[in-house]
Amino acid sequence: MTTREKILGAVLKNQPPAIALPDTSMFKGDSIDLVQKYMDVFKKIGGSSFLVGDIAAVKILITENFDTAKRIVTTLPELSDNFELISDTVDPHSYENIELAIIKAHFSVAENGAVWLTEEVMGQRIIPYICQHLAVIVHAESIVPTLHEAYEKIGPGDYGFGGFIGGPSKTADIEQALVLGAHGPLSMTVFIIK
Amino acid sequence: MSQTKTKDHAALAGAFIKDEERVDWHDGALWYIREKRDIAAKQIPEWEQLREAASMIKSNVISNLHEYLLQFEANLKKNGVTVHWADSAEEHNEIVYSILKAKEINQMVKSKSMLTEECHLNEYLEERGIEVINSDLGEYIQQIDNEPPSHIVLPCIHKRKEEIGELFHEHLGTEKGLSDPTLLTRVARKHLRNIFLTRRGALTGVNFAVAETGEYVVCTNEGNADMGAHLSEVQIASMGLEKIIPQKKHLGIFLRLLARSATGQPITIYSSHYKKPRKGQEMHLILVDAGRTRQLGRKDFRDSLKCIKCGSCMNTCPVYRKSGGLSYHNTISGPIGAILAPNLDMKRHADLPFASTLCGSCSNVCPVKINIHEQLYKWRQVIVKEGYAANTKALGMKTMAWTLSSPGKFTKAGRAGRWFLQNVPFVVNNKFNPWYKQRDMPEGPKESFAEWFIKNENKKP
Repeated sequence: MTTREKILGAVLKNQPPAIALPDTSMFKGDSIDLVQKYMDVFKKIGGSSFLVGDIAAVKILITENFDTAKRIVTTLPELSDNFELISDTVDPHSYENIELAIIKAHFSVAENGAVWLTEEVMGQRIIPYICQHLAVIVHAESIVPTLHEAYEKIGPGDYGFGGFIGGPSKTADIEQALVLGAHGPLSMTVFIIK
Repeated sequence: MSQTKTKDHAALAGAFIKDEERVDWHDGALWYIREKRDIAAKQIPEWEQLREAASMIKSNVISNLHEYLLQFEANLKKNGVTVHWADSAEEHNEIVYSILKAKEINQMVKSKSMLTEECHLNEYLEERGIEVINSDLGEYIQQIDNEPPSHIVLPCIHKRKEEIGELFHEHLGTEKGLSDPTLLTRVARKHLRNIFLTRRGALTGVNFAVAETGEYVVCTNEGNADMGAHLSEVQIASMGLEKIIPQKKHLGIFLRLLARSATGQPITIYSSHYKKPRKGQEMHLILVDAGRTRQLGRKDFRDSLKCIKCGSCMNTCPVYRKSGGLSYHNTISGPIGAILAPNLDMKRHADLPFASTLCGSCSNVCPVKINIHEQLYKWRQVIVKEGYAANTKALGMKTMAWTLSSPGKFTKAGRAGRWFLQNVPFVVNNKFNPWYKQRDMPEGPKESFAEWFIKNENKKP
């Protein structure tokens, strides 16, 4: 008997009679004032957000807020005049020294400040984690109230890797003192396009 | 990092509480997290319904685990992930070793995983020439101090920043006396970034495994799981069988509960959904039993398998807060650890279900509504029946049973007790009586209720 058969046999023998799944259809968020709610929550978790008209405004804010002398990468063709386009074929280690990554999110979640990203919009899986600073662009109308709507939107999802990112990386492992910038980005900025 | 048991919970807690200033600080730090949890929970009007739904989903998982495991396995394979099954900690460790050996990898970076702590994976691999580095900051600190984690979410919550500064001075060459949390974190960030960039093998734990899609979710605040995984050639995930959830939409319920219960955050910073390997990368997943199917067969205790490892039962527990996680001498400490551990080794962990006041606070905060305090009480009965209770407790209970077995013995014993307390209190108020430690014996009443009743009954007109 293989280990697999042994374990599955023990599970079958020991599991209790079947209990049905509960109805979870009542879990829904409230869709009022999502942009403001999102911005308030995101600020509370240590991020900064800007409500802007278009990509041109994003470009200006980036040059004002970040050190453009350092390596800045993006997946957005609209920004490729100013910044380096991410290649999905090079060794991920080659992104070790990026200062800022500017990428687009599928949508964001008002109740917790998180954005939803899959590897296609990341350029490479490592990008939003290895950069010193992360900037994400999201459309205002794509903001959902809670994670329930978020998973409805994601559906089964045809991706190899996807993730919610809700703010700059953080730790409070030393005496519960909050420190922004653990292993991932030191800061996270979200540009919400009206 | 061996966990050779030398003393029981009471003795280890006794050592911890000698430093009163530290105990007060530890107690306060954990209560502060409990308060943050309350604030976060109160912002969600449907919080209680979410807990109920999560608990019911987990009941469904436990009762259909066989089917879900098969579904999960089939989907993992479809996604290009290699699936392994491990019956025991040893088998799990052997599998990890064989995966690394096949790729000639002798250095691995690990993100937070209580399961691999439980399996003593690091020691196993190190004995075979493979270096393992824990990348969660708290776990890293515990590793360089050669201590197991004292809390599942906050591994070094029992340490003061000065002690951590001293460890960094010794191991990372920081200036002596440096204890600022931000500066220490920056030093660790720099050091561990180099580890992530140079390790070809990465191992993570699993928070939720979705049967429907074959993907698994790993939650961190630091970003360490992703830094390790996305830079590795070989990615390994180790999970206990009970981490399965049926459908993807259920993640909405569990992720809303997890971080709010754990730290009061609205969501962990990173909730990463791993489905398929990166081009050129190998992905392995190990399904580990290690006692879980045995616990599944214990009617009174199987609900402990619902746990999503948020740590809220520890933060609220008056015994945990004042005795420290290491006093539980088990990877998972606190109330949840005390109901999981006796299943693993009843004799070794016989003391843990007694490390509780049975106040029930743990059950009240549990996001999946495990009846933790009731299970603690039930474990006590099993442990006494199986003959594993500490001698003093067993003797006390035998005497009690003998005394209570007849009204005559009870009356005599009561009279004797009152006489001792009134006339020679020093006979019981001394260090040979364990009850007297930190407590005063009560003043004995002059008469028992029965004596009073008989006297007054006769006075009736």
